[in-house]
Amino acid sequence: MGGTSQRNINLKLKVWRQKGANQQGHFEEYDAKGISTDASFLEMLDVVNQRLIKEGRDPISFDHDCREGICGSCSMVINGNPHGSERSTATCQLHMRKFNDGETVVIEPFRAKAFPVIKDLSVDRSALDQIIASGGYISVNTGNAPDANGLPVAKVDADQAFNAATCIGCGACVAACVNGSAMLFVGAKVAHLGLLPQGQPERNERVLAMMDKMQELGFGNCSNTGACAVSCPKDISFENIARMNREYAKASIKKRS
Amino acid sequence: MAILDGKVPPGPVAEKWTNHKFNMKLVNPANKRKFTLIVVGTGLAGASASATLAELGYNVKTFCIHESPRRAHSIAAQGGINAAKNYQNDGDSVHRLFYDTVKGGDFRARESNVHRLAEISPNIIDQCVAQGVPFAREYGGTLTNRSFGGAQVSRTFYARGQTGQQLLIGAYQAMMRQVHAGAVQLYTRREMLELVVVDGAARGIVVRNLSTGEVESHAADAVILATGGYGNVFYLSTNAKQSNATAVWRAHKKGAYFGNPCFTQIHPTCIPVSGDYQSKLTLMSESLRNDGRVWVPKNKDDKRSPEQIPDAERDYYLERVYPSFGNLAPRDVSSRQAKFRVDEGRGVGPSGQAVYLDFRDAIKRLGESVVSERYGNLFEMYEKITGENPYQLPMRIYPAVHYTMGGLWVDYNLMSNLPGLHVLGEANFSDHGANRLGASALMQGLADGYFVIPYTIGHYLASTALPKVTTDHDAFKAARADVDARTQRFMAIKGSRTVDDIHRELGQIMWEYVGMSRQETGLKTALEKIPKLREEFWQNIRVSGDATGTINEELEKAGRVADFLDLGELMARDALHRNESCGGHFREEYQTPDNEAQRDDEKFCYVAGWEWKGEGKPQELHKEPLTFENVKLATRSYK
Ligand SMILES: Cc1cc2nc3c(=O)[nH]c(=O)nc-3n(C[C@H](O)[C@H](O)[C@H](O)COP(=O)(O)OP(=O)(O)OC[C@H]3O[C@@H](n4cnc5c(N)ncnc54)[C@H](O)[C@@H]3O)c2cc1C
Ligand code: FES
Repeated sequence: MGGTSQRNINLKLKVWRQKGANQQGHFEEYDAKGISTDASFLEMLDVVNQRLIKEGRDPISFDHDCREGICGSCSMVINGNPHGSERSTATCQLHMRKFNDGETVVIEPFRAKAFPVIKDLSVDRSALDQIIASGGYISVNTGNAPDANGLPVAKVDADQAFNAATCIGCGACVAACVNGSAMLFVGAKVAHLGLLPQGQPERNERVLAMMDKMQELGFGNCSNTGACAVSCPKDISFENIARMNREYAKASIKKRS
Repeated sequence: MAILDGKVPPGPVAEKWTNHKFNMKLVNPANKRKFTLIVVGTGLAGASASATLAELGYNVKTFCIHESPRRAHSIAAQGGINAAKNYQNDGDSVHRLFYDTVKGGDFRARESNVHRLAEISPNIIDQCVAQGVPFAREYGGTLTNRSFGGAQVSRTFYARGQTGQQLLIGAYQAMMRQVHAGAVQLYTRREMLELVVVDGAARGIVVRNLSTGEVESHAADAVILATGGYGNVFYLSTNAKQSNATAVWRAHKKGAYFGNPCFTQIHPTCIPVSGDYQSKLTLMSESLRNDGRVWVPKNKDDKRSPEQIPDAERDYYLERVYPSFGNLAPRDVSSRQAKFRVDEGRGVGPSGQAVYLDFRDAIKRLGESVVSERYGNLFEMYEKITGENPYQLPMRIYPAVHYTMGGLWVDYNLMSNLPGLHVLGEANFSDHGANRLGASALMQGLADGYFVIPYTIGHYLASTALPKVTTDHDAFKAARADVDARTQRFMAIKGSRTVDDIHRELGQIMWEYVGMSRQETGLKTALEKIPKLREEFWQNIRVSGDATGTINEELEKAGRVADFLDLGELMARDALHRNESCGGHFREEYQTPDNEAQRDDEKFCYVAGWEWKGEGKPQELHKEPLTFENVKLATRSYK
């Protein structure tokens, strides 16, 4: 019905099961049978879960909502890669036509010190919200805005700001990083707001506050492996980290002087 | 039946809001911090309201089911947001946006609300730009616009195909700033399961912590629901999987009237269903119709690949039937036209349930890079899902459930008939009548949250005696007991069908009989089938896992589907009672000779507000008559 070359395939799944934050987890194996290659990865898990429920077993917990790659809910490590090995693709956008009949697929949660597991594949990423709360905004109360065209913004700046703002806050960058760092996430926000004229007044305070918060919450530092950008479903550029380091250095000097 | 009073302020429509703002009572700055307000939902409406109310000095408690407030369904809006800025100098104005919206809604919206929305729209764009929303710009640095259906001017602001994401991040960041300041207390992964009413007024909520299963009570001086739409009654829709009607439905059961439940929007351009594992449908933004041309083959059962079909054998039916609006005819009209073509046997693709949306000519005219600049992310999304490249082959699209114009009934102040209960965004029924124009939902959500509720709630608080209420009150205890009893009931059924299974079946009934086109016998069939399915649900579902201690998604879904079953029935009843066609509500018995919707203004020029009368009893209908003093009641024409 969908793509013209639709087939059905069978897979073996090895899925991380963990009842709660403070409990031991382990892998369990499941068969995923007769999966249409037009189905999405999450639809494949739905099929498995429906069977588990009918057998009276606990279905596999995973976060998901939009299933269009924009809300940042889905968060799985598939065969060792956050969101799987397909570039620029969130788990929910991964389709089964990318898998082979008979393949074994290993599915784990995003793992990082700052992301405790809630259950199975669901992790708590509220630390990212705390980083935003520490300074990832422009302080303008409702009703205080001048006319939107009052301040022209060069198209290149607006486009670059957009490219950074497209981050969906999924945390794949953190899960991909050997140090569990959120530098790409923070760098993207610092770039988004710092590239716009509206973001200038708080530019220094913002980068200092967000970096401090990141460290306080147990995220690691950056050792330039670039794994974060490779895993990013929205292609947030690794350059954002270099830009942030420059901003941070400038802001620190300013603060001291 | 009672007559509902929309509490529309007096005076000429263009002065109502200004005068009303002056006439409303104010809460003085020092007193604001004495009031606690509950906001349920962190989509555009809830996040903007939370931020603004906190900025004003109120204590705000904000709740959402998501693990982060930024994940609300608003994040997925693609195409854009309307505003009467007239930056393009193409003849737009507040009056024109007002006129287009009233007409687009097929004369079933309140004129005064729509005018206020149009008046506020320019301020929304200013606010968002000041927050750092990176809207698309011209090389000169000014903002650019595109066109959406039902309008002949370019008034839609956009951020590539991710407008909802950028607007929501703006509102979310504004709200997180208030979280940091301690003015907003944020409760994530909490699902509101009961509204608590004390002495006739909304005074709190009972929520379930979705990570631990614990039940919590929260008291306040007023409650604001911004919990989104109920399109997921149909199981398959473009809504996010967690979108649900539970908060509004539980409020309905506590006395809030449900307005125009049958007004649902079927969006013309979505990726067609591909199999029975399908979990949701993906929208292809209406903005694509700026440059894409919709067609089907002239001959039935033409099995040739689209690029082999010469122009002379293609029927660009929207351009043919609606020469002045062409591919930008409004959504309800375009969806029905697609259905007609498929019903004629001229549908395309393996299922025959699709039409083409073709960019061949746009790519020839503008080049691939311009097309990719405008729609790149949508083209990628299409290719990921279908495995086909829309730069080479036309997209296959078909209508799908997208938006619900109906919702809890509210007056001009966005307050329901239950004092203290305010409803914002898609959750209310307010501004779109029987059909919403593209790019107007984001506008309404932000208008409600940033610019309407901050004024009207102050008036409520300042003019109402609100004795202190704590969660020890009996009403809270009773609401908690209801929550616990319901949970136990779900867990105890231990039947053989999954909740999804029942939900899918409900969706099929709704799509078949209460979908794009409706008729009396079909609606009556739905009214027989839904109660039977509900019985099956309550006797035969299986919720596995534990009710407390950890996540139980099946239990969450069971509560939501129980509510969808009730709401689906009310939608069918509302559709059956409305013996006319208007906007998205198309009754086959009421159409013009050329298949357009035929309204009956004599009998149905009103908002239907349904009152809950208890389990197993039909709701009672109340009416709010609508008057049109500024836009003349006329047959909608897009020819
Ligand atoms: C794919 C798609 C594209 C769209 N594109 C556009 C567009 O381009 N332009 C446009 O104008 N409109 C568009 N729309 C419509 C628009 O996105 C929505 O109408 C709008 O975003 C709704 O916002 P909201 O704030 O009312 O609700 P939502 O964004 O749905 O937010 C609901 C909130 O309520 C919370 N919630 C729900 N139930 C409960 C509960 N029981 N307890 C606690 N919290 C709860 C959720 O966690 C969430 O935070 C689109 C819609 C879809 C589906
Ligand atoms: S479910 Fe929303 S990004 Fe994957």
